[in-house]
Amino acid sequence: MSATLTPRQKLIKYSRPWLVALALILVWEGACRVFHIPEFVLPTPSRVAAATIEFKDLLAMHALQTLMTTLIGFFIAIVVGVLLGVAIGSSSGIYDSLYPLLIGFNSIPKVAVVPLIVIWSGIGTVPAIITAFVISFFPIVVNVATGLASVEPEMKDVLRVLGASRYEVLTKVGIPRSLPYLFASLKVAITLAFIGSVVSETIASNDGIGFLMLSASSRYQVALIFSGVIVIAVMSILMFLVCVAAERRLVGWAFRGQAG
Amino acid sequence: MLNPDPARPVVRDEIVAAPPRSAKPLVRLEDVSLKYDTMLALDRTTLSIEPGEFVALVGPSGCGKSTLMKLVTGLLPPTTGEIWFGETRVTGPLQGAGMAFQNATLLPWRSTIDNVMLPLEIVDPYKRMPRGANSELRRRSQSLLDIVGLGEFGDRQPWQLSGGMQQRANLCRALIHEPKLMMLDEPFAALDAFTKEDLWQVLQDLWMRRRFTAILVTHDLREAAYLADTVYVMSNRPGRILHRCPVLLPRPRTPETTFDAAYTDLVNELRAMIAAVRSK
Repeated sequence: MSATLTPRQKLIKYSRPWLVALALILVWEGACRVFHIPEFVLPTPSRVAAATIEFKDLLAMHALQTLMTTLIGFFIAIVVGVLLGVAIGSSSGIYDSLYPLLIGFNSIPKVAVVPLIVIWSGIGTVPAIITAFVISFFPIVVNVATGLASVEPEMKDVLRVLGASRYEVLTKVGIPRSLPYLFASLKVAITLAFIGSVVSETIASNDGIGFLMLSASSRYQVALIFSGVIVIAVMSILMFLVCVAAERRLVGWAFRGQAG
Repeated sequence: MLNPDPARPVVRDEIVAAPPRSAKPLVRLEDVSLKYDTMLALDRTTLSIEPGEFVALVGPSGCGKSTLMKLVTGLLPPTTGEIWFGETRVTGPLQGAGMAFQNATLLPWRSTIDNVMLPLEIVDPYKRMPRGANSELRRRSQSLLDIVGLGEFGDRQPWQLSGGMQQRANLCRALIHEPKLMMLDEPFAALDAFTKEDLWQVLQDLWMRRRFTAILVTHDLREAAYLADTVYVMSNRPGRILHRCPVLLPRPRTPETTFDAAYTDLVNELRAMIAAVRSK
């Protein structure tokens, strides 16, 4: 319930993360120069910037590959996550039989499973997509199921004595009610999906930012590793913002009083 | 605000609102009991409600009033006994009854008028109507909103309405499909005293226009006496019906009615009955 901000207050509010980032970069640059830290340990930000420009075509090519595998894995996670979440959230039988298994499954470190995925699906694009999917679908399932459970019992009673079928209760109330939960989970899932694809690329791929960082590290091109990190972070933030924009657009009703 | 429709003066007439006992009750409970696991919530209750009758159920908390509502609407099956709705025995949720709770449960992603129109998407025959009928149904919803004083608020989102206005919209949603039976589970319990009395007026007005059968569960004895044709007093758990009190006050009842000796006597009598039940 924040009051409307003046343009000046808005400027201050939105410039803060940039100022903090700038300050950190300056400290980093200064520390490297003052303590004479060798480049193969920690390159200066200016050196990283130079490397980023020098290898921009290479970075772009690998970034595109990572973005593609991440997004494909993410979309599969949305489809599977929503279907499974609806099934779990709307049937106590399915909930009882699947939920404990999913909890157990989620506690497995996915990184440790990547070699298995590689054995089954080869190297390159496919294991990256699968890893991105596997690591990111769980929060979607849990949130969609929680959203369905948040439907008021009174509302269900109202609909049932009107003669609504379970399907109608689901489509008229359950699914719209769980959309804010879905979007909240997508913001978590998209960043997890990036982690998944990069991990897979690091282990078994000849493409993608993960592969690029691994090969750069084997050649002590530490500045290029940092370029990779920055490219991943930027892509991750951009996709996060896409999720936020979709959320505002599709479930704006859940943010009343904030957006105005 | 007290008289939502100034064109229609609120006059007291001398019609006694309790309908004559007919041979064909709309709702009939015969020796109905309900057990939750081992706890007996409702004990051998027999009750018969006429078409168009306004019934209020009062009693100490936990006496099974809400349980009785769930039984009548078929949301819960009775452990023993039979429940009849008209000519059919109730074995599952009723099709097309109206229901309103203390929590207005309007859907935040729909505008107020779209909330009111929700039952039309579910109840036969409306949901089978061709798309062209939509504007006619919307007009009907609009005129219902006009009656309860929400005519200009149809396009607002529910969270832009006050609690009292949300309850008005909730009543409209429960009535838009012209149900024969309207179940009201403490619909005004969360409202302040002034808003509450406004809504008694609104509800009575709607009931007098439509003459649906209403079952009102309430803690508020003044509310029961104001709205009902018949007040049933229930006992402590396990719930059973102890008293049947016909309310012979003329309709329409107005805020002035609440100063009437007959009204205050009835409320005091009900209060004494509940006090007696509670001390047992």
